[in-house]
Amino acid sequence: MQTLLRTPLFDRHVALGARMVPFAGWEMPVQYEGVIPEHKAVRTDCGVFDVSHMGELEVEGPRAQALLQSLLSNDLERLEDGQAQYALLTNDSGGIVDDLIAYRLSPFRFLLIVNAANREGDFEWMREREIPGSDVRDVSDEYGLLAVQGPRALERLGLPEAPAFSFAEGELDGIACMINRTGYTGEQGVELMVAVEDAGDLWDRVVARGAKPAGLGARDTLRLEVCYPLHGNDIGPETDAISAGLGWVCALDKDFTGADELRQIKAEGPQRRLVAFVMLERAIPREGMAIDGGGEVTSGTHSPMLDRGIGLGYVPADSGAPGTELTIDVRGRPRRARVVKKPIYKPEEGP
Amino acid sequence: MAAETYPDELRYHSEHDWARIEGDEALLGITWFAQDSLGELVHFEPPDEGATITKDASYGEVESVKAVSELISPLSGEVIAVNQKVVEAPETVNEDPYGDGWLVRIRLSEPGEADSLLAAAAYKQLLDEQ
Repeated sequence: MQTLLRTPLFDRHVALGARMVPFAGWEMPVQYEGVIPEHKAVRTDCGVFDVSHMGELEVEGPRAQALLQSLLSNDLERLEDGQAQYALLTNDSGGIVDDLIAYRLSPFRFLLIVNAANREGDFEWMREREIPGSDVRDVSDEYGLLAVQGPRALERLGLPEAPAFSFAEGELDGIACMINRTGYTGEQGVELMVAVEDAGDLWDRVVARGAKPAGLGARDTLRLEVCYPLHGNDIGPETDAISAGLGWVCALDKDFTGADELRQIKAEGPQRRLVAFVMLERAIPREGMAIDGGGEVTSGTHSPMLDRGIGLGYVPADSGAPGTELTIDVRGRPRRARVVKKPIYKPEEGP
Repeated sequence: MAAETYPDELRYHSEHDWARIEGDEALLGITWFAQDSLGELVHFEPPDEGATITKDASYGEVESVKAVSELISPLSGEVIAVNQKVVEAPETVNEDPYGDGWLVRIRLSEPGEADSLLAAAAYKQLLDEQ
């Protein structure tokens, strides 16, 4: 049996009565009080997630940006110090090795926050492609990461408003941390990156300020309501960014890995599209369910805000328009759904 | 959420289902342990009224946000009522698993099967051993 890794907050989760589950090699809290109350706390007030399992890679050197621009789909020239962007690490066929956020610390130093399950794969992928003047390091073990999200997150933390995808060194109640205006819930909020030895104290301060601990269960329902793709479910090495609706993070005038293939898919039009749908009948779609006409559900759940089944799935491109009715095979029962515009749920204010 | 209880007047199946036997009929539901393990229920897929269900076999499903669980019938019979309150508001099962949160009413076809079910004390012992 594989030994599961534990974040620096493991003991706090157990003390709070969290249900701990294996996730991407880590033992993580799936819920504390319950997925639905945690979800609603993030939508209406403020929740805090331990996302210390996520990976952090640092890329440094005079040619750090050149290396990253050859590997990442987005346009790094648009970044200044203190700004971040969402980007894809792509393979030769335009598939998605990982999705990540790139932070420009200086013109010669970048931080990538990557999915926990892909930390080692991303690191190896980038090391193999290093060029003289660039150095990639896995610094994941040095940091804890807390996502504090919700319409009252900034108020509760006593932080001023700042543009989405900006970041700065700062402190919370005297604890030094990097304050990133990013998240995975569609709500306002921050992700706080902190030295691993201070992670427990920071968590305690954030909880004392009124953030409700929320687990991976709510993290999944929140991101699905706003249609953020999950790597390993909705996107992966076999799916391309254009079909996944992520063309907006692909700078196709650049020459990153797989750009030629993506240009071709864009020119010809994708054969299938990742669409969002809402169930018209009582049923909860789940990953892997077939969609009539040659499609498949890649993520599905019960939406706490809509109180009905919702999901993402690939369908033939000609049946992907909003308003199109789909039939989903729910363990042998045909259940009707309707394609909707993304996001499925629109928070009052964006992240 | 209800507090953990296992009423003495019910009979239990080891798959965490209960039966309240009333003459030649029975109400069926899931135990406090089952609803606590699943978390807040968000869907109940009931059998059709008139359907025949069989002891130890699946007769429907309940789902939480994260999980799907088959309902295992503790007894055999014909479904004569489905609890529409749970269809409309599945969280009723979490609030009151042995009362308003009953799932179906059946007419027993094999009343003798009840002898093989567990009394509350035996079911609690089973939970302790898990």
